[in-house]
Amino acid sequence: MKKKYLAFIGLLLLVLMLSGCEAALMDPKGQVGEEQRTLILTAFGLMMIVVIPVFVMTALFAWRYRHSRQATYTPDWAHSTAIEAVVWFIPLVIIAFLAWLTWITSHSLDPAKPLRSEAEPLRIQAVSLDWKWLFIYPEQGIATVNEVAFPTDVPVHFQVSSGSVMNAFFIPSLGSQIYAMAGMDNDVNLIADEAGTYYGRSTNYSGAGFSGMTFDAIATSEEAFDAWVEEVRQSSKTLFFPEEYKALAEPTRSHPVEYFSEVSPRLYTQILQSFHGGKPGRGDPGEQDGGQENTRMSAEAAE
Amino acid sequence: MFGKLGLEAIPYHDPIIMIVAVAIAIGGLIVVGALTYFRKWTYLWKEWITSVDHKKLGIMYFVVALVMLIRGFADAIMMRTQQAMAAGGAAGYLPPEHYDQIFTAHGVIMIFFVAMPMVIGLMNLVVPLQIGARDVAFPFLNNLSFWLFAAGVVLVNVSLVVGEFAKTGWLAYAPLSGIEYSPGVGVDYWIWALQISGIGTTLTGINFFVTILKMRTKGMTLFRMPIFTWTSLCANVLIIASFPILTATIAMLTLDRYLGMHFFTNDFGGNVMMYVNLIWAWGHPEVYILILPAFGVFSEVIATFSRKRLFGYTSLVWATVAITLLSFVVWLHHFFTMGAGANVNAFFGIMTMIIAIPTGVKIFNWLFTMFRGRLQFTSPVLWTLGFIITFTLGGMTGVMLAVPAANFVLHNSLFVIAHFHNVIIGGVVFGMMAGMTYWFPKAFGFTLDEKWGKRSFWCWITGFYLAFMPLYVLSFFGAVRRMQSYDQAEWQPWLLLAWVGALVILAGIACTIIQIVVSIRDRRKNADVTGDPWDARTLEWATSSPAPFYNFAHLPDVTSIDNFWEDKRRNGPNSHLSEPPYEDIHMPRNTVAGPVLGALSVVFGFALVWHIWWLAGVSAVGLFVTFLLRVFNDDIDYHVPAAEVERIEREHQQRLGVQA
Repeated sequence: MKKKYLAFIGLLLLVLMLSGCEAALMDPKGQVGEEQRTLILTAFGLMMIVVIPVFVMTALFAWRYRHSRQATYTPDWAHSTAIEAVVWFIPLVIIAFLAWLTWITSHSLDPAKPLRSEAEPLRIQAVSLDWKWLFIYPEQGIATVNEVAFPTDVPVHFQVSSGSVMNAFFIPSLGSQIYAMAGMDNDVNLIADEAGTYYGRSTNYSGAGFSGMTFDAIATSEEAFDAWVEEVRQSSKTLFFPEEYKALAEPTRSHPVEYFSEVSPRLYTQILQSFHGGKPGRGDPGEQDGGQENTRMSAEAAE
Repeated sequence: MFGKLGLEAIPYHDPIIMIVAVAIAIGGLIVVGALTYFRKWTYLWKEWITSVDHKKLGIMYFVVALVMLIRGFADAIMMRTQQAMAAGGAAGYLPPEHYDQIFTAHGVIMIFFVAMPMVIGLMNLVVPLQIGARDVAFPFLNNLSFWLFAAGVVLVNVSLVVGEFAKTGWLAYAPLSGIEYSPGVGVDYWIWALQISGIGTTLTGINFFVTILKMRTKGMTLFRMPIFTWTSLCANVLIIASFPILTATIAMLTLDRYLGMHFFTNDFGGNVMMYVNLIWAWGHPEVYILILPAFGVFSEVIATFSRKRLFGYTSLVWATVAITLLSFVVWLHHFFTMGAGANVNAFFGIMTMIIAIPTGVKIFNWLFTMFRGRLQFTSPVLWTLGFIITFTLGGMTGVMLAVPAANFVLHNSLFVIAHFHNVIIGGVVFGMMAGMTYWFPKAFGFTLDEKWGKRSFWCWITGFYLAFMPLYVLSFFGAVRRMQSYDQAEWQPWLLLAWVGALVILAGIACTIIQIVVSIRDRRKNADVTGDPWDARTLEWATSSPAPFYNFAHLPDVTSIDNFWEDKRRNGPNSHLSEPPYEDIHMPRNTVAGPVLGALSVVFGFALVWHIWWLAGVSAVGLFVTFLLRVFNDDIDYHVPAAEVERIEREHQQRLGVQA
């Protein structure tokens, strides 16, 4: 009876485990995610070198030296240089290797680092609001809410900020997340190598509407992406700073997908600057042609 | 007159809260009624509330912690139920406004008002006995620490019925916790509960640091101290160094909220990243404040029940010291995703992994203590074995989180939740349960029931794996922490499994309660007459159980580690510490100031939460006056006459004689 019960639980666990093969992190859809999967599995494997002996020794020693068995007993034996050397040395070697791996991957997988690719990167600015995601396409001059699209095999440079409290921008199937913080410009570079609609969300708790702060990340072919941009351009809605933006920034929950055919040309910068107490910020994160833009900003701010 | 406080602050509309409130009221009335009926008020006041006896304070800390464990666990089971229900667009039974308070309260209560008082309670009960002292260095301060802690407990529980609790997560990240995004009183309750109890903790840290350094008995050099005392020393160093950071950080948040300053606001030069850095500069050492004493418990338990000297004592001490130092240079690993850059992230990642080395060494030291020992499978040993397995697993997932590039996909996910419950339940809770069982006879004079203790262990460990392994799995699907609902219906089976796990843990808690009740019933059968029920190794077992209020009739001399064990082997079990001639013993007097300061702190905190400025002023003056009265009171100590010591020791010897 008991055995059958255990077998049933075992079977259930096995089924659940197999379903784990489709997990976003174990089945990544882009280069960043793939490297992170390899890293997680490598770190896991390395630590098994210590974890498994600990499990075995715990069971073995507890059983072998149980009181009733009367095995070898050395009540005053409390030191062995050889054992001490081994138990310090083996974890040391494993951690040394992991540290090296950490150093390498912290640099190679730095979210701010542009991805190497033939294709010209696409720039998308993601702004977390209460409680939705605003995506601005500065080159295309459009914006969307809770839906972001980009072509496959094209590196996407996400600039991430917040119009409210702290959030974090994350598409599990593609890899790295990054914090979204008001008045600050963060970067994460991602790429999709397979078309599909991926689940994205804020991972950093931000208040009552946090659970619904999800979005669809659509990776498509170049043509389908252009068609999508066209579709957004057909929208009757626009998003100009400050009035229309402020209206959008009002707290809402499980906000529907929205398209904006036209936006303020420097919307992302304006959102960031709105947290600088009227003072110009350092540089102009929303624009890539630096200098000139900055002087214009300062002048504007001074008004 | 009443500031922001009005009748609408009481959540009449919420049946869950109202039922709980009524239950608390009825429970309170029963306790008050019973105390009055049995005429126990004077006893309570003289023997407990005003007591400066470290053992009684330790017991009170532990009792409050167990009560708060039930409160914190009620939050846990409500969260698990919500997540088991709210799949695929379903709303569940808790709206976000309520759910968000629950996970915040769960975290705050479990860390500050369960884990901390358990650890501090055990230190109180055990450390002075282990170092052969009569009390702590500052007995009044010790009483005050407890009552400041209790004031924090009261404020957190008041928030349940009057107003609301924070909806910010347990660390109240700015700017969400700022006045702009959290205009209610919830964060203010959080602020004052933590601020008041945090000051108590800082005082405890200073108290025990001085006690351990200055009050060790003759011959007890640092490297003859029991490991639990060592780990307590290191934990107190961490308290002294880290809690002021918490106090300062909360003070700055308070200035933001109350006086419109801009330390951590989005705009006007505020820096939210500074808040996150500061809170974790305290928060990371905090987890070691909890786990180091638990390591100490396991060290004592495994040596005692293996009937063998602890393997690699020196190695263990240095490993503890190494962890203490390293715990201050790893805080950034809680937010690699802030975008600090590769060099910074790599540094903190590598520092974090290095902690795995001394921790791993400790694990092997415990394993080699069992090697060629005579291991008795008592319930403290079961907790220890469960700890070794579970904590190793939790340590492994911790190292995975410490790799920044891997952390970028695991951060803020359920992986983090599973990881820290893995180390806090597997480490701190198991350690405290082992410690409670192990030292219970020293506190009360009888041992705890083994059968129910073992049942509790099996429920806890099974429940833990059922509740948290599914969370590791879900994290790989992109499930994040603090979700009130989720769209993915396919996650539901895992969360149902986790819910079952929580129920099994509930059964474990029930077993502990039954264990205590059954043990009290069978206290004569399980009486510990010798004072040394486990044939143990350290000084606390050299005196009677429960220990007399002055701890030792004669302070022991120490010539080695495990001095008591060697003494027993040389001279047989009869303790010479109880023999005549007796001398007068210098002891501290009880204090009224401690509980009064605690009670006034509650009023002070409550008044500030609700902006009742006149009341805040009155209670602040009250606090100051009480403090002054205490400062100028010279009658704070007395001598226990030798005759009284003789009477107490004779009784102990008579009991020994009867048993023999």
